[in-house]
Amino acid sequence: MSTLSVQFRLKLAAFELDVQLELPAIGISVITGSSGSGKTLLLRCIAGLERPALAYCKVKEIVWEDSTRNYSLAAYQRPLGYVFQESCLFPHLNVQQNIDYGRKRLRLRSNPSQSLDTVIELLNIGHLLKRSPAKLSGGEKQRVAIARALAVDPQLLLMDEPLASLDQAHKYEILPYLRRLQWDLQLPVLYITHSPQEMTQLADHLVLMDKGKILASGELQAVLTRLDLPLAQSQRASSVLTAEVFAYDAAFQLLQLRFSGGVLSVPHLALPKGSQLRVRIYARDVSLALQPPASFEPFNSLHAQVLGIMNQAVGYTTVSLRVGAELLLAQVTRKTASFLQLKHGQIVYAEIKNAAILS
Amino acid sequence: MLSPEDWTAISLTLKLAGLTTGILLVIATPLAWHLAYTQRWWKASLNALVALPLVLPPTVLGFYLLILLGPKGWVGQSMKSIGLDTLPFSFTGLLVASVLYSLPFVVQPIQAAFSGLDRRLLEAATTLQARPLDTFFSVALPLSKHGFLTATVLGFAHTVGEFGVVLMIGGNISGETRVVSVQLYDYVESMNYQAAHSLAALLVLFAFSVLLSLYYLNRGK
Repeated sequence: MSTLSVQFRLKLAAFELDVQLELPAIGISVITGSSGSGKTLLLRCIAGLERPALAYCKVKEIVWEDSTRNYSLAAYQRPLGYVFQESCLFPHLNVQQNIDYGRKRLRLRSNPSQSLDTVIELLNIGHLLKRSPAKLSGGEKQRVAIARALAVDPQLLLMDEPLASLDQAHKYEILPYLRRLQWDLQLPVLYITHSPQEMTQLADHLVLMDKGKILASGELQAVLTRLDLPLAQSQRASSVLTAEVFAYDAAFQLLQLRFSGGVLSVPHLALPKGSQLRVRIYARDVSLALQPPASFEPFNSLHAQVLGIMNQAVGYTTVSLRVGAELLLAQVTRKTASFLQLKHGQIVYAEIKNAAILS
Repeated sequence: MLSPEDWTAISLTLKLAGLTTGILLVIATPLAWHLAYTQRWWKASLNALVALPLVLPPTVLGFYLLILLGPKGWVGQSMKSIGLDTLPFSFTGLLVASVLYSLPFVVQPIQAAFSGLDRRLLEAATTLQARPLDTFFSVALPLSKHGFLTATVLGFAHTVGEFGVVLMIGGNISGETRVVSVQLYDYVESMNYQAAHSLAALLVLFAFSVLLSLYYLNRGK
């Protein structure tokens, strides 16, 4: 499988970035971590906008930079798209000219493969082409910025909190486009975000950074459920499963989902049978029991095996579980944990009280 | 109202100011870019050097230029040794002096415009495959056009208004170095207030309309 390997060491005043990463060159890799953890700097290194002391960057078998051989593609020669936190559209050009900016320069060197019509349609910006950036809403600006980045036929798309400057409504306007773009264009994406919402919705692969170092890097599920990481230790810890729609209970508006570990029913509008979905479950919405519940809703009680137990601050315990082929987190009080006498490998019943469908 | 002598002086002044401004735009643009973006140790010194003509009496600048460019000066001697005429009391000499004299008026507005550019826009252009020079012409320059406009107007107007430097290095040769300000001085010296009034009024009108158009054009900023 083709990959993306990078290694950078860069000292800037009191901060040091020291990273080595192997990422799949397919799907969306979300980079997350607290402010000042070096996420943006990492992206800038990949784009060639910084001069690291030690640098290695290989994208799909092509080496962009190798400081040991004193080789480095200039930033303007790297076939990538970069979407900045603020759209950074050129104010003296209209939307069409902004999109054409990189495209024209690309044509000097090669033949752009696909037409831009798909991208413009996908991002729904066809009606904005003649407008000046100053006359666009925040969401429209970011969509144009994404189109502009895609117009250079990138081999890699770098996105630095592209939705951070938008309000919630505009975020929901763009998120579905991002997922579709990824499917339609088969383009690897590195995506920085602070938002757990964007992370769980978009990520295939998750990278966690702290103080200029990589804390963890792996499949979304695996990183989310690692008990030694801050993600699982937070109050809003959650896990994500992939499931398929198999029925709809119209009377109660319950969507029936099937996955390797059993069946879930979630209140939702009807969706076509066979749709693959991502479901996010907050750890605090999962309770554990030793016996199957005698409740009237047997669907959401899953047979689970305990993988790990970690005591958290102030009276809580987080438990990681295997349910079929999926991983799940549960957060229970320490008292409950002690009462259940949880131990590794133990079989328990995980009751899912709430789950959110991520479109 | 204006004598043929006056018209000669006016056209000479316009020629001097036009050439000075043209040369300055070419010199000042890279200089302003360097000053706006360099972090080297010499930045402060270079800034001070460029601003020097703002503070110095023009006669000081003229004096040193006269020494330097004169037949005994370092530049004058080397020019003589390769068979060139020395520069003092010639139009070329006046042009050199004007360029130095008006330098800060052209560099500073451009430098301010460059410093005010959003660096991220330049980086965005880079990630869109624009080479550095391409980025400069396609993004930096159009976004700094107000700075260039101000620089052009100030550089031109300030050269029209110079007097001390001209007197020191240019002298008073009709059609060669006698610009409007010197012509006016001559009139006053010879008590010809009538002629001085027309020329002075013309300069006031010129200065006012230049500044007015500048503020008008920059009003949107």
